[in-house]
Amino acid sequence: MPRFAAGAVERPDIAVPAQQTHPLAYQLIRVLDDEGAAVGAWDPKLSPETLRRGLRAMMLTRAYDDRMFRQQRQGKISFYMKCTGEEAIGVGQAFALAPDDMLFATYRQQGLLIARDWPILDMMCECYSNSHDRLKGRQLPVLYSARAASFFSLAGNLGIQYPQAVGWAMASAIKGDHRIAASWIGEGSTAEPDFHHALTFASVYRAPVILNVVNNQWAISSHQEIAGGEAATFAARAIGFGLASLRVDGNDFLAVYGATQWAAERARANHGATLIEMFTYRAAPHSTSDDPTRYRPENEGRNWPYGDPIERLSRHLIRLGEWSPERHKQLEAELVDYVREVGREAESYGTMQTGPHFSVRTMFEDVFKEMPWHLRRQRQELGV
Amino acid sequence: MPGMSMVQALNSAIDVMLGRDPDVVIFGEDVGYYGGVFRVTEGLQKKHGDHRVFDAPIAEGGMLGTAVGMGAYGLRPIVEIQFADYIYPATDQLISAAARLRYRSGGEFWAPITVRAPCGGGIFGGQTHSQSVEAIFTHVCGLKTVIPSNPYDAKGLLISAIEDDDPVVFFEPKRLYNGPFDGHPDRPSVPWTQHPQSEVPDGYYTVPLGQAAVARPGDAVTVLAYGTMVHVALAAAEEAEIDAEIIDLRTLLPLDIDTVVDSVKKTGRCVIAHEATRTCGYGAELAALVQEHCFYHLEAPIVRVTGWDTPYPHIFEWEYFPGPQRVADGMRRAIEG
Ligand SMILES: Cc1ncc(C[n+]2csc(CCOP(=O)(O)OP(=O)(O)O)c2C)c(N)n1
Repeated sequence: MPRFAAGAVERPDIAVPAQQTHPLAYQLIRVLDDEGAAVGAWDPKLSPETLRRGLRAMMLTRAYDDRMFRQQRQGKISFYMKCTGEEAIGVGQAFALAPDDMLFATYRQQGLLIARDWPILDMMCECYSNSHDRLKGRQLPVLYSARAASFFSLAGNLGIQYPQAVGWAMASAIKGDHRIAASWIGEGSTAEPDFHHALTFASVYRAPVILNVVNNQWAISSHQEIAGGEAATFAARAIGFGLASLRVDGNDFLAVYGATQWAAERARANHGATLIEMFTYRAAPHSTSDDPTRYRPENEGRNWPYGDPIERLSRHLIRLGEWSPERHKQLEAELVDYVREVGREAESYGTMQTGPHFSVRTMFEDVFKEMPWHLRRQRQELGV
Repeated sequence: MPGMSMVQALNSAIDVMLGRDPDVVIFGEDVGYYGGVFRVTEGLQKKHGDHRVFDAPIAEGGMLGTAVGMGAYGLRPIVEIQFADYIYPATDQLISAAARLRYRSGGEFWAPITVRAPCGGGIFGGQTHSQSVEAIFTHVCGLKTVIPSNPYDAKGLLISAIEDDDPVVFFEPKRLYNGPFDGHPDRPSVPWTQHPQSEVPDGYYTVPLGQAAVARPGDAVTVLAYGTMVHVALAAAEEAEIDAEIIDLRTLLPLDIDTVVDSVKKTGRCVIAHEATRTCGYGAELAALVQEHCFYHLEAPIVRVTGWDTPYPHIFEWEYFPGPQRVADGMRRAIEG
């Protein structure tokens, strides 16, 4: 794999024809160099204050993940999935989008919600399926839904959200709305036909949407080549559909932000959709059910050439004189305490093991808006 | 003979068939090097090579579509769908192509495909790792549908399915992979090794498709069940002290109608138990058949004990699951009329 230098990729005008972006599908947009300096045309030139907020959201995401992973090990939740190493994607993209842009994510973009200041208490209650879980105990942990944060209900079915985001964006265009949609898909799941559907509709209807492929190298035990990633980049999938394409260092907060901002401006100005490949590495196991030592070398993550997104942004801030290792350590400790404290409150509303949960009666609700007779009968049969 | 778990028995069936028939191949997500998320194909790639046992892209429709093509060439593909809940993207290829290829080509082409998928709940998998989708496929003409309840049957039925020249959908109750499960989640789980049906020969044998088994003979009431519900019904009969005759259907399509009819004619009462949702579930077909064949022998209305007509809820798994208590209540209702 050639290692791409930071600052080397040109930044076209947001209004260029899609074809002019196609060479970018085989490059890698990077802003932060190895010394932590921000270089090149894609630097979004964010204020130190914004950078610190971004860093905090990424660190909170990691602290949240660490605690919830352990909660599963303690039997307090049934399942968990971390996004370790991929925090810059959820957080950086949420920062670059407008707060009411609609998000159609996968289970690995919890950073989107955290960056939108969605309460982690609410997320924890979903994971515990407890009495404060707004999803009433119906969903697997991490499959959040947060309409008030413009965050679409997550599904376990891979790929299913991708054309839905395009449909939402088409609707927004039909209505002359300013809001755009964004969606995420794992590189493994680009093999699903939903990926093809999304790109086709986005192209045909010039939908104001950002379609992200999170290439974290692994789909459970299968390397990205199983989805054709060695034959062509995932960003290059855009070429055949005439969509704009960008390929981005997903561990570089500034590059993620800069590319997303470009695509958002392009979509909002009605120049069409962009496919962005976020090149990253899944540092954690696929889920609490997975054991990656069975299929990949243990040091592979440590040797990942593009580093850790939190360390890289921290180093950048330190270089700017806007941060210090001491402050970093202190924030880290504060966030662990904070997550623990919120965790205690969430547990006081029940855990998976102990309850309390929602009332069993609610199991029969929301299948339809109005409950038909047969479900009322079944509820009686259960005696609740 | 050492006892085998259902996972080991399935692994053995595939191993035997890869060894016997050079046209057999198996593929699916994480199936190759890793050996499958439930370990059913563990060690098979190493033994039989990566041109016979291989990973598939995450594209269930692609797997089934290519399996139809392989079948047309003359191979006997086995496709693993990681969870039955993820079979939906494959349904067009299964229903529109595999199931009717023989018919539409006047017998020129056929699709000797076996589609394996873990089904059913009991592992807190939420609504996308728990479904029992068999009735979607029993409704399709041209597909055979099999659901084993124990290691011995699992191996024998899977070998029959692989050898069958028609497409077979083979659902494996994941809650039975590592031990029989009687529907009491609060009791310690028992491994298969303690169970007589874990005695599985190492080599080749078959359990024919289309033959039910009497899991427990009895006179008071017939219980028609398959998969996990066979064990739940056995527990229910024992706990409620009801002399039930429990039929393990094993193959849903083609159904062993004779065994069903003989039993219901004998007991005059019938309970149908499945984990899948009730409305238009396989139980509806069974109830219709029993009514058609045994109407004058029935002493009481047929009772269905099933999952509720809701998505499988994560936290209310055991309120959703038709456990021994509900099956026993169903038997009493069928007996009391
Ligand atoms: C339609 C469908 N098929 C299979 C699965 C099982 N499954 C869950 S996650 C996963 C791997 C996904 O990999 P990728 O898309 O690369 O995303 P990542 O987990 O790496 O973020 C698989 C096969 C599923 N959830 N949905």
